[in-house]
Amino acid sequence: MSSTTQTTGTATTAVAPQQSSPSENYLNCSKGFLSWFFTLDHKRIGIMYLCAIFVSFALGGFFALALRTELFFPGMDFPAIGSRSPEAVYNQMFTLHGAIMVFLVIIPSIPAALGNFVLPIMLGQVDVAFPRLNLFSFHLYVIGAIFFVATLLGGGLDTGWTFYTPYSTSTDTMVITAVMGAFILGFSSIFTGINFMVTIHKMRPPGMGFFNMPLFLWGMYATAVIQVLATPVLGITLLMLAIERSVGLGIFDPALGGDPVLFQHFFWFYSHPAVYIMILPGMAVISEIISVFSRKHIFGYKFIAISSIAIALFGFFVWGHHMFTSGQSTAMSTIFSAITFSVAVPSAIKMFNWMTTMYKGEIVLKAPMVWALGFMWLFGIGGLTGLFLGTMNTDVYYHDTYFVVAHFHYVMVGGTLWAFFGGIYYWWPKITGKMYDEKPAIIGSLVALLGFNVLFFPQFFLGNMGMPRRYADYLPEFTLWHQVSTIGAYILLVGLVIVAWNLLKSLTSGRKAPANPWGGNTLEWHTSSPPPHYNFENSIPTADDPYDLDRWAWDPETQSYVHVPLTEADLAARAAHPAH
Amino acid sequence: MSSTSTTAADAPHDAGTGHGDDHAHDVTLAHHFESHEQQFDAGKLGIWVFLVTEILFFSGLFCAYAIWRGLHPEVFIYSHHYLDTFWGAVNTVVLLVSSLTAAWAVRSAQLGDQKNLVRNLLLTIVCAFGFLGIKTIEYSAKVHHGTLPGEHFKPHPSAMVLVEDGEYIGVAGDLARKELGLVDPEMPAGLTEEQELALVEARAHAIELYSAKLVEQADPVPPSVPTFFSIYFFMTGLHGVHVVAGIIAMFWLLKRAKRGDFTPKYFGAVDYTALYWHLVDLIWIYLFPLLYLIS
Repeated sequence: MSSTTQTTGTATTAVAPQQSSPSENYLNCSKGFLSWFFTLDHKRIGIMYLCAIFVSFALGGFFALALRTELFFPGMDFPAIGSRSPEAVYNQMFTLHGAIMVFLVIIPSIPAALGNFVLPIMLGQVDVAFPRLNLFSFHLYVIGAIFFVATLLGGGLDTGWTFYTPYSTSTDTMVITAVMGAFILGFSSIFTGINFMVTIHKMRPPGMGFFNMPLFLWGMYATAVIQVLATPVLGITLLMLAIERSVGLGIFDPALGGDPVLFQHFFWFYSHPAVYIMILPGMAVISEIISVFSRKHIFGYKFIAISSIAIALFGFFVWGHHMFTSGQSTAMSTIFSAITFSVAVPSAIKMFNWMTTMYKGEIVLKAPMVWALGFMWLFGIGGLTGLFLGTMNTDVYYHDTYFVVAHFHYVMVGGTLWAFFGGIYYWWPKITGKMYDEKPAIIGSLVALLGFNVLFFPQFFLGNMGMPRRYADYLPEFTLWHQVSTIGAYILLVGLVIVAWNLLKSLTSGRKAPANPWGGNTLEWHTSSPPPHYNFENSIPTADDPYDLDRWAWDPETQSYVHVPLTEADLAARAAHPAH
Repeated sequence: MSSTSTTAADAPHDAGTGHGDDHAHDVTLAHHFESHEQQFDAGKLGIWVFLVTEILFFSGLFCAYAIWRGLHPEVFIYSHHYLDTFWGAVNTVVLLVSSLTAAWAVRSAQLGDQKNLVRNLLLTIVCAFGFLGIKTIEYSAKVHHGTLPGEHFKPHPSAMVLVEDGEYIGVAGDLARKELGLVDPEMPAGLTEEQELALVEARAHAIELYSAKLVEQADPVPPSVPTFFSIYFFMTGLHGVHVVAGIIAMFWLLKRAKRGDFTPKYFGAVDYTALYWHLVDLIWIYLFPLLYLIS
């Protein structure tokens, strides 16, 4: 961030786009279903992802609530459906809950929806490098989702989202359709990764080196690396599983000389890095929000940037920690355990840098920041409980208990989903051109935070007491915490309903959003809200330090941030201290 | 980024599935790129990253191969005798030639030599079909002999490979034919069609019976031989799917080349497809020794 500030400082022609916003924008420039479904515009594709993800989220959430409701009392409370016993219904519900939430919601949430919308604008570009491939990714997502729905309607799935052999090769549920759905979704993810990687490499504007990029782009880049390197292995694994089931290949079948544990290795070689596909974009969003809402330059830019890459790379060497009880050798487990701890280092680097960014900042408690702070809290708990599971001897005890369930929900929901909602609130004015109502937004976030903790914190206790995961019934001594947990689920539902209502209401009655409501300096705030069809109306502003927030000042009259041109004195000061 | 200055009143670029850019200046430069160079570089990086994903896609199978071979080397040594090294070698040559013509096509496109571009693309397609044709010969032999993957592995005695004291001694049917004196047997003259058929059947039956006896005398077949055929069919089958995809891509190139789409300034698609084709070739170059040339 050193030398460019001088050159760009003089070239700051930065239009003040907030004054005149064009009547034509990407939302109203063309109409009709086909103009959306076959659009090449990254912004529209991002919005379609957003809608599809919300629908999937509602479906996955419905299953979660059904499960929690059943667990309110000991004993079996589900009815038998058709030929399926109540227990089978339960198994199918938790499987579909997991599979939908992982493959259709969390993995695509931030990169495919928000990333698609924001990434090219942050780069000052008209579109991603391969717009048609981008659209193809979305269509693959839709096809993959159809496979999942077919699984649901055609007989369900009861393997858990992990498809472990040998059960997945012997159960009579719809494993093949589900596996093919995940296979197709995998390719959707790969193509998005390729697109983002190439766009970031080849389409940065003048003045934006890798270390002048907004940290959101670093996070997207690290995510893309994992999507590109890990997902193909999942693809081939699922293909092997599907073919094994359909023609009896015997790859994972010991009777034919195969090895069922091999499946676990293949599966986690993808699925552990996939955990970082889920969390890195979340961290990317948080890095933007924390800086902007602390009104302070991000602290430790390079450390945050590099730690994203470090997490992406370390993530490839830890998969064995999912298999401490699978019979793999103790030496292997020890090594995997040691490497697992190393991932804590870059994650902690991020946490401390965010905190240091907030230190002595002017913290603005608006909805995106409230979600971001919730993220830090929840991800902190999720991350620290991960250490219990990375340690071999404690993991042998906690393996397949509610402790694991609580841990990964803290990371995936408390981490990724919180960041996703933070990002949605952050970019909502940019995406829709409308301001949401601040008060209910904050209330919704806090109610969700309360509900989430009431829901999942007791599950640590349950796990500690020995409650196994995936059981439809339990012993009476677990009743209390199960009931607390279920109550938490409904509180979380209330919070999310407030969020949904708040966002939807803004579409009809929200105040018109200014170009820069938060005073961010990344390029998407340099264009109108919503952006025009080609992202920037006039000239594209030159890239500058994305966290130079002093250049924006609050203007009470327009209720927005306006650009403050640099004075000669500023320029002189910056020339004297290039690395401010 | 001159394209941003076009007014939004222009025809919306996303109204259909078509090209998307409505600028008169240069139809071969997509509206979101600044220069041909940037467009070409982006495509090139994209295809390289895609090839990385392809390698990782196959790596799962190579990994499974390595694990099985490490655990059961005897299975691989025994089973590879079922594969036809001759046709495998021919196919390797065919693919190598096709890689040459693909690279030549790129060069022709770079030089703007449309005639040679079309010719080389055609040659590449012909080789690709040749490869698939030979693969069909091999596959149909396997189907005929019952050497199929996994639980479908039920070879006829006459198709069984015989080993004694760890030494390869031949295919049971061939040995039986030799010992029964039925190598290229002549049909006695003056038989009716029915009688001829009956004779052929009787001979085949005798070979089967004798083969079964030879199989009993030889070393027992190592267990889990079916997994070898699982990996053989899976790896070569997946590779075959990639060949088919390459053929489709090359027909698309051919159509565009005939239309004169490619110029020395704009030939990215030819280059990218050729890179993909080289990878398909490369994977076969690994598959051939790993499956056929085990000793």
